[in-house]
Amino acid sequence: MPLISTAGLSRTFTSKQGPVEAVRGIDLRVHPGEILGLLGPNGAGKTTTLRMLTTLLPPTGGAATVAGHDLFADPAGVRARIGYVAQSGGVDPSLTVREELATQGRLYRLGRAEAAARAEELAAELDFTALLDRKTTALSGGQRRRLDIAMGLTHRPPLLFLDEPTTGLDPASRAALWDLIRRLRADHGTTVVLTTHYLDEADALADRLVVVDEGRIVAEGTPAELKLRHAGSAEAALQEAFLAITGRGPAPQEEAPVAV
Amino acid sequence: MSPLLSDTALIFGRYARQTLRSHFQMLFGTLMPLLYLVFFGPLLTGLPLGSHGDSWQILVPGLLLQLGLFGAAFAGFAIIIEQNHGVVERMRVTPVSRLALLLGRVLRDALLFVFQAVLLVLAAVAMGLRAPFGGVLLGFVFVALFTAALAALSYALAFKVRTPQEFGPAVNALTMPSMLLSGLMLPMALGPRWLDVLSHFMPFRYLVDAMRAAYVGRYATEDMLYGTLTALALVALALTAGTRVFRTAAN
Ligand SMILES: Nc1ncnc2c1ncn2[C@@H]1O[C@H](COP(=O)(O)OP(=O)(O)O)[C@@H](O)[C@H]1O
Ligand SMILES: [Mg+2]
Repeated sequence: MPLISTAGLSRTFTSKQGPVEAVRGIDLRVHPGEILGLLGPNGAGKTTTLRMLTTLLPPTGGAATVAGHDLFADPAGVRARIGYVAQSGGVDPSLTVREELATQGRLYRLGRAEAAARAEELAAELDFTALLDRKTTALSGGQRRRLDIAMGLTHRPPLLFLDEPTTGLDPASRAALWDLIRRLRADHGTTVVLTTHYLDEADALADRLVVVDEGRIVAEGTPAELKLRHAGSAEAALQEAFLAITGRGPAPQEEAPVAV
Repeated sequence: MSPLLSDTALIFGRYARQTLRSHFQMLFGTLMPLLYLVFFGPLLTGLPLGSHGDSWQILVPGLLLQLGLFGAAFAGFAIIIEQNHGVVERMRVTPVSRLALLLGRVLRDALLFVFQAVLLVLAAVAMGLRAPFGGVLLGFVFVALFTAALAALSYALAFKVRTPQEFGPAVNALTMPSMLLSGLMLPMALGPRWLDVLSHFMPFRYLVDAMRAAYVGRYATEDMLYGTLTALALVALALTAGTRVFRTAAN
């Protein structure tokens, strides 16, 4: 059974300039143990889709089941089984790493001692034990991202959503984060849904890609399938397939730094 | 402990600790009211203020509500900053009670304010305030309810407008008329009839009148009844609006 299944999921925002159809009917299936990449240019509706799937934003249309629970009927059931790391993270800059991890544990209804122990455990697993008593502002971009992910893993969710996990990171930190995400799946069987507008990241990390543009799914498949289907060869650059699918390349400033 | 209670305690603890750590906020929060008392209070002694009691019994309740008004109305600023850091969504995606996310914050705001109010009243007593003990305690209950309700509304508003640039003017546009039309500084009875009539459309006025009634020991009065009803209505409205916003957090 798929871990996520949606039908016609959509969201229209009302703004001063009139309605904005951010997501226009998405049919998505995500299978247990998969790393699924939602790939699309800025404004495609990736964040809006994640915010709906994580119960943060009520959809204006469609239906969805996430981690075995209906998004509308049982949002609490969904929350208990998912982790979500927003693009902006979510830690308070005035607090220490340890405080934020412990609070997160308590928000997930762990006891005080359990939450403190879980903070240590996560720090060890994600390799930032030495940073536990630092202010969260004192972390580098890559360290901050590892903390953000640790926060999302507090309750050992079987399903983790990552919104643009490596945007703004240097190549070495990006590579380290890719390793971390692969390790999560290998060690815990965690299913990961991540958004990205980096083609190299989508190519290297995701088992399967869902390309979204202007709120719709415009292509779907493994990176090799997409290349074969849209660029004529499985060896082609994903960029060529992307160009063929959306009619344009990613904007120059969105070009990914080359990973090392 | 029920999840709502323990969640509220958790959220309250988080924000109370942050407040205690910000010495600047604590210092200013206590210093400002004292300045009013020392520099404004003496101006009124001996003036005929057209209300029951002496000038201190009229000034101190007004001062308490005014400080509560400005303190609580701007509470939403903090949440705009937190929202930009993603803290609010990070909490909303956990199983934590939506109501607790609001109550914990509001409780901190109300408690901080009551602490400042107690200091202000103690200083006022040193300067000449004489009021019945029960009335003063009742006054604290009023300000606590009032600041809690106002802070909750402020959080709700902050979610709606989302940027400090919009939030500041919006709050000012609401607090200034509230202050001027409620007789906070001086009793409305002093003014012309049209102003007095107009001020009865300002719900806040009933709180001010009730506080002043409490400070002169007139408990079984219409003023007290209307004030109490206004306070309760305000709390109900604020908690409903506030929780709704935390549940769906403004598109
Ligand atoms: N709260 C909102 N109000 C109005 N429009 C919004 C809101 N959030 C997102 N949008 C619009 O919806 C579209 C999709 O946004 P988003 O999901 O953030 O895209 P992505 O994450 O793919 O860059 C954009 O046009 C964006 O401006
Ligand atoms: Mg986005």
